[in-house]
Amino acid sequence: MLSRTADHLYWMARYTERAENTARMLDVRVQYSLMPQSERAEQQGWRTMLGVSELEAQFSAKYGALTQKDVIDFMVRDPDNMSSITSCLRAARENARAVRGTLTTEVWETENTTWLMLQQHLKDRLFERDPSQFLEWVKYRSHMSRGVTLGTMLQDEAFNFIRLGTFLERADNTARILDVKFRFLASDTIQAGAQGEFYYLAALLRSVSAFEIYRKVYRDAITPERVAALLIKNEKMPRSLVACMAAVVANLHDVRNELSHDTERLAEGLYAMLHAASIGDILKEGLHEFMTRFLASVDELGNGISRDFLIPVAPPAPDAVPAQTQTQTQTQTQTQTQTQTQTQTS
Amino acid sequence: MPHFYDEMYSDAATVRPHYGAFANWLGQQPPHLIDQKRAEAELNFQRVGITFAVYGDNAGKERLIPFDIIPRVINAAEWARLQAGLVQRVTALNRFLHDVYHDQAILKAGIIPSERILNNAQYRPAMQGVKLPSDIYAHIAGVDIVRAGEGEFYVLEDNLRVPSGVSYMLENRKMMMRLFPTLFARNRVAPVEHYPDLLLDNLRTVAPHGSQDPTVVVLTPGMHNSAYFEHAFLAQQMGVALVQGQDLYVSGATVYMRTTRGPKQVDVIYRRIDDDYLDPLAFRPESTLGVPGLLDAVRAGRVTLTNAIGTGVADDKSIYPYVPDMIEFYLGEKPILNNVPTYQCRKKDDLAYTLANLPELVVKEVHGAGGYGMLVGPASTAAEIEAFRQRLVANPEGYIAQPTLALSACPTYVESGIAPRHIDLRPFVLSGKTVSMVPGGLTRVALQEGSLVVNSSQGGGTKDTWILEN
Repeated sequence: MLSRTADHLYWMARYTERAENTARMLDVRVQYSLMPQSERAEQQGWRTMLGVSELEAQFSAKYGALTQKDVIDFMVRDPDNMSSITSCLRAARENARAVRGTLTTEVWETENTTWLMLQQHLKDRLFERDPSQFLEWVKYRSHMSRGVTLGTMLQDEAFNFIRLGTFLERADNTARILDVKFRFLASDTIQAGAQGEFYYLAALLRSVSAFEIYRKVYRDAITPERVAALLIKNEKMPRSLVACMAAVVANLHDVRNELSHDTERLAEGLYAMLHAASIGDILKEGLHEFMTRFLASVDELGNGISRDFLIPVAPPAPDAVPAQTQTQTQTQTQTQTQTQTQTQTS
Repeated sequence: MPHFYDEMYSDAATVRPHYGAFANWLGQQPPHLIDQKRAEAELNFQRVGITFAVYGDNAGKERLIPFDIIPRVINAAEWARLQAGLVQRVTALNRFLHDVYHDQAILKAGIIPSERILNNAQYRPAMQGVKLPSDIYAHIAGVDIVRAGEGEFYVLEDNLRVPSGVSYMLENRKMMMRLFPTLFARNRVAPVEHYPDLLLDNLRTVAPHGSQDPTVVVLTPGMHNSAYFEHAFLAQQMGVALVQGQDLYVSGATVYMRTTRGPKQVDVIYRRIDDDYLDPLAFRPESTLGVPGLLDAVRAGRVTLTNAIGTGVADDKSIYPYVPDMIEFYLGEKPILNNVPTYQCRKKDDLAYTLANLPELVVKEVHGAGGYGMLVGPASTAAEIEAFRQRLVANPEGYIAQPTLALSACPTYVESGIAPRHIDLRPFVLSGKTVSMVPGGLTRVALQEGSLVVNSSQGGGTKDTWILEN
């Protein structure tokens, strides 16, 4: 398969997953803001959400004070925000369009229809009238994209690169949510008492569709330790770090080439580490420290995949590599905007 | 406008025999059903993303080409004649290209003035003496044909560089079959769906000598090109890779593509990029669309480009007037299809005639394409004609003029109901070891009343084209 094709497939999946995760975080925040709480806590909540994607500085530069309306606007439709739902869905659709011949008709039409429907929702301002309904729509379009991939694509290399994108992005997002939410939990802004903590953790679980799963797995009170265990170590929980890494390892194995040995070892190492670690140890070390290390490794893994498969003859590396844990984005050197056009002969 | 030939009606009350079954059917359809089907068609094209980009508009903006549900129908006898004429014409054009890049017999015989060829910007000296598989240059030709009267067909242009539109031919048929399946039960419409297979077979037969199981790719300038949909479509239908310049590189005069499993040799490149952009080392150095060293690989016979570099010297509008001579020179046959009489404005007498008759003529840029920069005299205002006259006088070499043909018209859905609109036809002719085509082509329709410009870039639409079997 062409390296560029693999690159587009991988990023199509990453951006689709990212749009879903942005929607998840926004949705939980919107729900949580309905709870009685101090204005300070409310503000802090929105700030935390921006913190997950490291967007606080960009937001304040553009909007100033934090209001729910502005944050939603920024995270839903701001084209300058590369993590906004609109930016992610545009990138996903553009990547799909670049390789539409490699996708099944159903996968391409799903991505294209999502983009066309989004235009309509933005025009109707659905996300302002009824944010929850809009965010629910985003999540379901992502489910559909994944479902149609599983249900119609041949399980060949193209499929493997789509899955790699999905699970690497998901690992990144789950880790970020855990990191930021647990930092917030340790601060004093949560309403005191067991009840405040319960609602906070419940919201965190819902953001990764894990509330019912938690009930099923533990049948017991919601504690930070168990929440962390579920989202880090439960192999059967589809959004847990260990489940994501298991999928990354399996798909990397299927596309293995002469260059990819080290990248495979790295993925296997991460999986084994998650598998073996005890939650007690992780919390003793500090969840933030653990997640910082994990995110750095995921980043390195992303770079390894790019180097081994997607950009085999590397373009000159950009001099200034941004902060290690910054969300990865597609490099411009591959594909993206080819501004040079030409007049057709006919 | 002079009187024109109507494809469906021989007079106001009489339907031509080959349109009989369709006209019957149409008469039985309730109007709301047709409206509903037309809306369904548009929705489907949007969802599938069958779009093209328009230059000079909002950069990268995608548009749908309007699709009309009334087919253009051609009977078997007329198609047989068209097909014979196309095979003859494209065969002669390939013979001509081979001659130009080898012995230049036609120049030595004085049939075409040498300077017309050798000073032509489309002539590529780098291709001189290069041996190509089967001596074929224009593997894919999209010949534009119009009808003036009963059995009276004219070739407007031989598109021998990177002709586009075949994906619309195929998608239009698919749409018609989806919207009106019963129609195809009532009419014996010749199938066109095997075009991609025919194309792939053809591309494989022109692979460099000695390549077993050749690797074919489609080379596109990228998704911002107006015809990107078609490039992706053809690659997918043939089951070959769709590549951009950056996916290929040349090493040891051999072309490779970069894959997730390392380099893979490429044997045939169906390129949809103009000559100028193909190889920055040989042509425009600023081009980022091409592949450095590609020309070397072609010259070494290590890769086949379809179409070959330098075919533009045969479809240039300044060479067009000589095509009937080529047919006689190379094949010793009388041309089956007519050429439109052409005044070459570089000639003093022709220029004088053109200037004296601008309101009646169509004037085109010699190197123009896509319906840009042309004058349709009868459809222009006096001011437009005057403005054009200035440009023509300033640069007579840049123009040719032709009488305004009374293009045939086909009933078409417009705002006010069904009305005749002018059409043309672009069949796609494939050349390799043999010359072949699928029965059909792309019918383009000028949606403006009285307009003769069918190009999609100028607001033209398309129709399904039916060749009826006997």
